[in-house]
Order: sequence, then structure tokens, then C-alpha cells
Amino acid sequence: MSVVERQEWDVVVVGAGGAGLRAAIEARERGARTAVICKSLFGKAHTVMAEGGIAAAMANANEHDNWQVHFRDTMRGGKFLNQWRMAELHAREAPERVWELETWGALFDRTKDGRISQRNFGGHEYPRLAHVGDRTGLELIRTLQQKIVALQQEDERETGDYESRLKVFQECTVTRILKDGSRVSGVFAYERETGRFFVLEAPSVVIATGGIGKSFKVTSNSWEYTGDGHALALLAGAPLLNMEFVQFHPTGMVWPPSVKGILVTESVRGDGGVLRNSEGKRFMFDYIPDVFKEKYAESEAEGDRWYEDPDHNRRPPELLPRDEVARAINAEVKAGRGSPHGGVFLDVSTRMPADVIRRRLPSMYHQFKELADVDITAEAMEVGPTCHYVMGGIAVDSDTAAARGVPGLFAAGEAAGGMHGSNRLGGNSLSDLLVFGRRAGRHAAEHAAASAGGHPAVSDVEIDTAAAEALRPFSAEGPAASAGEGRPPENPYTLHQELQQAMNDLVGIIRREAEMEQALEKLADLRVRARRAGVEGHRQFNPGWHLALDLRNMLLVSECVARAALERTESRGGHTREDHPTMDRAWRAVNLLCRAPDPTGGLAATDPERGQITLDREATDPIRQDLLALFDKEELVKYLAEEELHP
Amino acid sequence: MSSYEARFRVWRGDVGGGGLEDFAVEVNDGEVVLDIIHRIQATQAPDLAVRWNCKAGKCGSCSAEINGRPRLLCMTRMSVFTREETVTVTPLRAFPVVRDLVTDVGFNYDKARQVPAFVPPKGLAPGEYRMMQEDVDRSQEFRKCIECFLCQDTCHVVRDHEENKPAFAGPRFLMRVAELDMHPLDAADESGLDRKRTAQDEHGLGYCNITKCCTEVCPEGIKITDNALIPLKERAVDRKYDPLVWLGSKIRRRS
Amino acid sequence: MATGTEPHPSSGGVRTGTRAAIAAPHLRTDRWWLAPAATAAGLFAFIVYSTWRAFANADYYAAPYVSPFYSPCLAENCAPMRGGPNWDLLGGWWGVSPAIIILIFPLGFRLTCYYYRKAYYRGFWMSPPACAVAEPHEKYSGETRFPLILQNVHRYFFYAALLVAGILTYDTVLAFRDENYAWGHMGLGTLVFLLNIVLIWAYTLSCHSCRHIVGGKLKHFSKHPVRYRVWQWIGKLNARHMQLAWASLLSVALADFYVYLVASGVFDDPRFF
Repeated sequence: MSVVERQEWDVVVVGAGGAGLRAAIEARERGARTAVICKSLFGKAHTVMAEGGIAAAMANANEHDNWQVHFRDTMRGGKFLNQWRMAELHAREAPERVWELETWGALFDRTKDGRISQRNFGGHEYPRLAHVGDRTGLELIRTLQQKIVALQQEDERETGDYESRLKVFQECTVTRILKDGSRVSGVFAYERETGRFFVLEAPSVVIATGGIGKSFKVTSNSWEYTGDGHALALLAGAPLLNMEFVQFHPTGMVWPPSVKGILVTESVRGDGGVLRNSEGKRFMFDYIPDVFKEKYAESEAEGDRWYEDPDHNRRPPELLPRDEVARAINAEVKAGRGSPHGGVFLDVSTRMPADVIRRRLPSMYHQFKELADVDITAEAMEVGPTCHYVMGGIAVDSDTAAARGVPGLFAAGEAAGGMHGSNRLGGNSLSDLLVFGRRAGRHAAEHAAASAGGHPAVSDVEIDTAAAEALRPFSAEGPAASAGEGRPPENPYTLHQELQQAMNDLVGIIRREAEMEQALEKLADLRVRARRAGVEGHRQFNPGWHLALDLRNMLLVSECVARAALERTESRGGHTREDHPTMDRAWRAVNLLCRAPDPTGGLAATDPERGQITLDREATDPIRQDLLALFDKEELVKYLAEEELHP
Repeated sequence: MSSYEARFRVWRGDVGGGGLEDFAVEVNDGEVVLDIIHRIQATQAPDLAVRWNCKAGKCGSCSAEINGRPRLLCMTRMSVFTREETVTVTPLRAFPVVRDLVTDVGFNYDKARQVPAFVPPKGLAPGEYRMMQEDVDRSQEFRKCIECFLCQDTCHVVRDHEENKPAFAGPRFLMRVAELDMHPLDAADESGLDRKRTAQDEHGLGYCNITKCCTEVCPEGIKITDNALIPLKERAVDRKYDPLVWLGSKIRRRS
Repeated sequence: MATGTEPHPSSGGVRTGTRAAIAAPHLRTDRWWLAPAATAAGLFAFIVYSTWRAFANADYYAAPYVSPFYSPCLAENCAPMRGGPNWDLLGGWWGVSPAIIILIFPLGFRLTCYYYRKAYYRGFWMSPPACAVAEPHEKYSGETRFPLILQNVHRYFFYAALLVAGILTYDTVLAFRDENYAWGHMGLGTLVFLLNIVLIWAYTLSCHSCRHIVGGKLKHFSKHPVRYRVWQWIGKLNARHMQLAWASLLSVALADFYVYLVASGVFDDPRFF
């Protein structure tokens, strides 16, 4: 095996989206030499796709807002399955994190008196989302990117080298977290451009790789979202939490087919857009669940008044949490009241003047005009649910973002689980990135400082194993391949398409026991075939090879989703079972943890029966009394079991 | 839904050489050029290198040149071409090629580092910033930039003259200077940094001959020339070519 | 990395060095040459016409109309114009056409105008001929050194252009006389002059320097609400700077040609009243 280049760092951050960059900034500011690795170019991460805004109780638009209200909304949205301490920290710290962005140069839309403007969003009691038109994610990523550059400029002035304390390795992929005993010792990665392997040795690794949406066919997620971080953590021995909760955003584009799934921001509804079926009816009024009955308008007139006078009217049901709206759209389409291309109509054209639409929703206007030939100021959009976000993720400690059971491993952002419970509210992801990105960076830096001098070691054997694993797709051809038995190699693109189709059809928005069992069989079959995924050409920027490697991660994560979804026999948030259609209070106290018992990905991967994942149940932490006291008793009884109410 | 077979010519190769390769490939209703490139990848050339990400015109990764014009692959609909037309796709031609449609855009990251960052005003804590919408409008327009670097690619100052690269920041980063200079709370002046002057002295504003190709190719429709570069040139004139200002500074220096 | 930060030492354009090996200087399939060719033809036509007219030193006054090329007329050899814009500032030593003295200012304004710069850099200089079409020059230094660095004086020509526009406005007012200098009349020429002066003002005020001076230079619009309003208004005009540049170029030539036709006796100015 050739010699692989090694570098030493204090903290390695995997992923350069909002959480990763925020973590890197924090770690560097706390004195840790920090490296960031990302699959795309610096500044292109999936965070740029976020449109609506950053939820933070700054009370600029409504003075009644505060962290307690935000906490309550978050818990309700997540159907009380949230890791409550995370929800608390998130609600408390989000305003500071937003204000801090301004000191780094961010320019949010303003209120009349010059403060940060805040907009309405589904599930938020008050207008709470700091935003920039409908391109808030871009503003966030650019601000963090420019802050990183500012820190590098500082370092250059002091040391003469921009990258002496903070370096971004762009277009590189991590395939393994390396360990020294139980401790993290670094990462094994390859450079996409050259295919060259390298190792970054570090006592702290922060995983901030985002989500898993590329395992589904209809998704708003980009190619990067292959669940890398989830899989890396699993293989490093850390458990994943509640992976059955996958958020289907209610409004994705449905036509033309090539853009199916691309997001239509919730701000369209927050700013006055309404959903109608093919009969022209605002059907959402028929879908308000009991737990939300008191909070939402009963008539169109009341809903319309709310935009002007939110203190004396209730909000329209279009602004219910995303899971409710997605299910409602799904039901309408199934009942034959859908739009021509299998969605429903989302209309702003009859609700706002054309110039207001263009000003408030510029990218939506642009997106529909360019991609679908639809002028949203004149006609309705066609929308339908699209896989958008995974609430489940790496199980972490609420305060420190440390992954459970693996010292030195941290996780933040979408890759981490717990914060959003069973369903995330719009706007809470960007604030999640900032709050927990910072916490992960801080504790990773502290962990690195504590292990200074005694850095964990990286063994050559481990590096060789990782390199061999990464090179396997090149030797898949011919009879010599390990499990190939002389059969022709599989095309990774075909395998990926089959995986997406299976997950979409069998573990999608509405789930049934038999279908999920079928999905597990399909996954087992794909796993075996993926061992024979072969690629042509050489290692230099070879997308076929990259995909073949990503398949391992997608298959692992998909199995977690399917197994956990099969296990949880209730419907809650982003997990809807047709055979168990109601929420079960007994399940509220249960977390499902996925583990990969054989981290080599060896035998188990080829055995269709056993699979690679084991599932454990765990009791959730009881919610702290002062936080429970923020809710009415009548509300709590809908969610909590009797014994939780009277501890 | 109707589909047809389109003729594509895609540049394949690396820094050592390469050429245009022909493909016949299926095209369906509503597809964009990136869909076709992906289809070529999935069915005919699995190792065809292309950079892409969001496929919704928001990240600016899939920049390339289509029939000789710098564009985003994901925002160029196939319906803009006739069915008989051969569609030629090449990498960006202002930057070193890496492989196939992927180029080394490091030039842009270098230039980004050379623009001094936002200088926060002294005495304002986080949460105390107050800015009026009309004061942030201009900079917000520039912050719509998705850094696709099509403007950097098309700008003849560096596209046709490699030797100008060290001295010229390019439209994207001159616009960044303008953005910061128009930021209502940027305290560069107080810290002794004159962005107007450095725009010309350090970032090569004088190379720009306002021929507006940057504005023409901008997928975000940012009026780079009219709203950023020309105002920046005028601001540089304020500093450097206004005799009254010049006289004033002479007198001030003497006293 | 893919985006490493090594220096790029080589020189040359799209066909050289580490760029993708493509022999063609461009791969555009549209008629990219049409715009620069049309621009060059239009500008060339104006140059030929205006040179002829400026050096002709004849047929520029037909009461009550004075050609905008000769206004104001600042030498002793000017045609007598009653109440007209002739002020003998230079005296009798100026022998050639008096148009030369004054044309420097509007020409300088247009020559340094941000739109015309684009037009002739593309049309005449081919720097570049069109976007993503390789330019033929070995070296390029843009407006960094003499003489093109002088383009930075645009705003001073703008001030001069304001004065000239003022005088042309005065000429337009004078055009409400008849050939015997009696007020309250109007002919076809008056209309031509009106059209011209509106376009001249619109072009002059839509200038980028003007936009900068009225408000663009400010950091805080919110502290200068009136200037902000004016800046927005100028900004709207500025968006049409190119159209206004061409329209006013045509109209000024038209106004001059109209005077020429009347002065040379080709036809009489039709009077409305």
C-alpha cells in the first residue's frame, strides 16, 4: 500500500454547511487548529437551499415573543419527542446567534425601525424568522464563509499563511473515521479531483454532513445528501437516534419531471399563499388535527384577517406544521382531487399584487419562470410533498453535541438527532445549525485541548484497510473480485436509482408494515449487488467511483430508516403508519437507537437476513418540571402518558 | 410528453489535452442541459466529470459553457435549442481545466481572500445594529450572488489575458468591495482602510472597461456593471481625480 | 485541492496554457457579431456626418433655428443670430468653423460616457467583440493608464454637458419665434427642437456620474430622503441610458440636418401658427 499523506490538526470538521462552518469558526476562535472537509466547493453546501429564514425569538415583529414561546412551539411541532434540553438551548441561544451574524456582515431584511425583520412560518406562534427575501440560506452560508475568510486574513497577518490555523479542504470526501481504541484519532479521506488519499489526524472530529435525502427519489436535497455523516458515525460505533422520522416538505415542485422535488419555500404560505385542490377548495380547513384545533382558524375569513391582525384572529391552517400539510396534500391527491401533474395548487397570484410577489419571493418567481414556464404572479403553482429533512440523526449529548459512546466525536446540524423530535418546524434548522454548530465547535476544541500532548495514534493497518475499501470499485470487474463470483459488475447509477425508487415507494410519506419488510429485502439485495459496483476510468474526478463509495452510506442509513419505521407502531410527526394511524402516548417516551455491530461492513453486508443494523429501545429523559410548566395541563395530556405528568 | 434524441458535443479531457466527443442522447419534456449530462453519465460515460450540486440555480456549482456562452447547466432548458441543433458543452474557458467539465476555480478563492472583510463598528454590541431597508438594498442586491463565477469566466480582462490575473480581482470581487463600501455599518474608514481607493490601487478596478459581459451572464440578474462597478469607479474618482478633494487633502496634510 | 492556490504564471488567452484544449477562439453559434457591427456602423455614420457638418461652417442658422452643433457660437465669424446663443468670446483670430470650439464638450461627454465606452470598446476596439468571444489583442491594460485613464474625467464633461443642455434649452425657447423674431409661433422645426431637447436632457440626467453625484455616493440614504428620491428617479432613467444615448444622438443629428435643409433652402419650415 502506498504511503498516504498525514497531517495533524486539533479539530477536523466534516461538512462545510451552516453547522460545519459555525463549528469551525468557534473551534478556531477558541484556539484550536481547525480543518474543514467538504465534498463540494467551499460555499456551495446544501445550506444555500434554505429559503425561509432563521427562527429566533428576538421579538422584533411581535413583542410578546420570547424563548419560552419558541420552546413551546418547537416541542409541539416535534410532538414532544424532542430532546427537550436541546430544544431549550436552541430557543434560548438562537437570538444571540443571529445577532452575531450581523457583526460578521450579514444583511437581513429590516423592520421600519431598522431592526431585523421577522416573518411568519408554519407552527410558529409569532413572526419569528429572520430572513433575506427567500434566500436566507445563501446569506447564512456566505456570511459564515466570509467570517472564515476574515479569520484566515487575521492568521495571514500574524503568521504569513492564510491556512495556518483554519483550512478548508474542498472537494474532498471522508470515507472513515479513524479510532485509537475507543477514541477518535482522525479521518481518512480522498481528494475528489485527484483521487489521492490522505489522513487528517485529530483528537476531535465534528460531523456536520447534513441529511440523507438522496436515498429518496423525490427530494429537495442535493447529491451531497447521501447520509455520509450518519454512516461514518455508525461505523465508528456511535448510535443513530429515531431515524424513522423523515420530513416530507409539503410543497415541492411536481412538474416538469426533471425538477420534481425542488423546494417551494414555506414563505409562500407564510406570506399569504393558499392551497387549493382541483375543485378550487381550500382543503386545509378539513385537516386540522385535534391537538391543534384551538390554534387555527375555522373559516377562510378568519384566516385572512390573521395576516393583518394576528392578535385577535387565528392563523390559517395552511400554516400547520409540515407533517400535517404534507399528509393533507397526499390525501387530496389520493382522493382524486389533485392537479394535472399529481400535486395540488399553491396560489399567491390571487392573494398579492404582482410586484409584491416579485419582491418578497424573488427566487420562487425566478425558479418557476425559468424551470416550469409558470408565472406565479398570474397563475397557481403545482406542488406536492418532497423528501426534505431527516429529524433522526447521530445521538448526541444535548449540551456538548458529543456523540454517545465515542470520545472525540461530535455532531451538529441535520446530521445530529434529537433536537426536532418527530417533526421540525420551518426555520428551526438554520437556528439549529448555528446554536449547535457553535456548541460542537466549542466542545471539540476543549476536548482537543484536554488531550494535548497525548494525541491518539493512527495505525497504518487502519489506513490500509480504509484505502482498500475505497479502491474496491476499481477491482469489481472480472472473476477476481471478492464477492463477484465472476458476474459482471453493477452500474452504481442503476443501483442508486433502484434504491431511491424503493425508499420512495416503500418507506415514503405513508408507511405500511408489509411494504417496509419488502424494502428491507430490497435493501439486502442492493447491498449484495453494491459489493460488485464497479467503475470505469481512473481516480481523477470520477463521479462513478464517488457514487459507488456513497452507496455504502446510503444503504446503511436507508436500512436504519426502514428498520426504525417498521418498529415504531404509531404515527407521529414525520412518521405516518397507515396500519397505526394515531399517535400513541406510550411511544412518546421511547427512543429508537440504530447501531452497526460489524463496523468493517464485512460479512453482515452480504447477509440479506441479518442486515447490518440492530435496533434498541431506550426511555427518553423525563422533561424538566419548569419546562413542563410552560404548557397547559390540558395540552400535555394529549402528548404525555399519565406517569410522565406526575413524576 | 414527447421525447427525442439530441446531438451533444461534450469536451472531454484534462490539462494534458482533450477534445469534443459526440453523444446521441434522449431528451424529455422540461429537461435542462444538466439532466442530459447526467443521462450521458448514467448510460454512456460513467466517469464524465461534472460539478453540480443543488440543480435549482441556487448554489452556482454547475457553471460551464453551452454553445460558447457561459451558463449554468441546471438553468439552461433544452427547449431553448431546436431539435436539430447540436449542443456543445465545454468547461469554463478562463480557468485551468481539471477534467472534462470541471475546472480549477481557485483563482476566485484567492481573490476572495484579498478583499478585506467587513469591519464591525466599534461600540455596537450584537443585537444593537440598526439599519434601514433603503440603506441595505444596494448591498443586498450584490449578496444575491451565488458565486457561480460566470462573470469571472466571461470577463475578457482575465479570460483573454492570463497575465492580468494577479492584478485584477474580477467583477465578482470588485462587486464585493462595492458591497462592503455601501454597507451602512462597515467601519473600514475608521480603521484606516479606504475601500474606494484600494478598489483601484489593489483590486484592479481600472482594468474594467465596462463592456458589461459580467452583467449579461449573471444568472441572478444582478446589475453588476451599472450598480456595482460603475458606482465604484465613481467613488474612486471622488478619491483620486476630484481636484477639490485632492486640494483639500493637500491642505489637510500640510496643517 | 481542486481549487488550490498556486500562482498562474503563464500569459495568453483561452487557447493557451492550462485551459481546456479547444482550438476555436469561441464556440458561439448565434449572430454575436451583429450587435458590435451595428454599433460600429451607427457610430461611424454619425462621425462622418458630424465631421462634415462641423467643418462645413455653413447652413447652421435659419431664423429662428440654430443648429445644436453650433450652439453656443463663441467666435467672431459666427452667423448673426438675433437674441441667439452667439457670444464672441474668442474674437477674430478664430478662423475655422466655430462648431469645433463647442463640440468638444458634448463630444467629450459622449466619448467618456459609460455606455459609449462599452459601445466603442466592443464595436471598434473588439475588446472584446462580444461576450466569450476572444479579443484579438496581445496585451490589455484597460483604463489603468494614459490615455484611457482619462475616462475618469467623465463627471467634468457631465457638468459641461449640463451647461450645453441649458443653452440648447434656450435655443428651443427661441424656436417659438417665427423667422421675423416675433414670439408665439411654432413650426415643424420647433417640434424637432423640442424632441431633441427632451432627449438631450434625459440622456444627460441619466448619466452614471449624475446618478453618483445626486445620491449614489451616499452611505445612508435614510439620512437624505430627498436625494434618495432623486437617486431612485435618476436610477430609472439610468436603466435606459443606452436607449437614450442613441435616441439623443439621432435627434441631435436630426435637429442639425433640419436646420441645414431649411438654411440651404431645400424647403421652408412648415409653420403651424
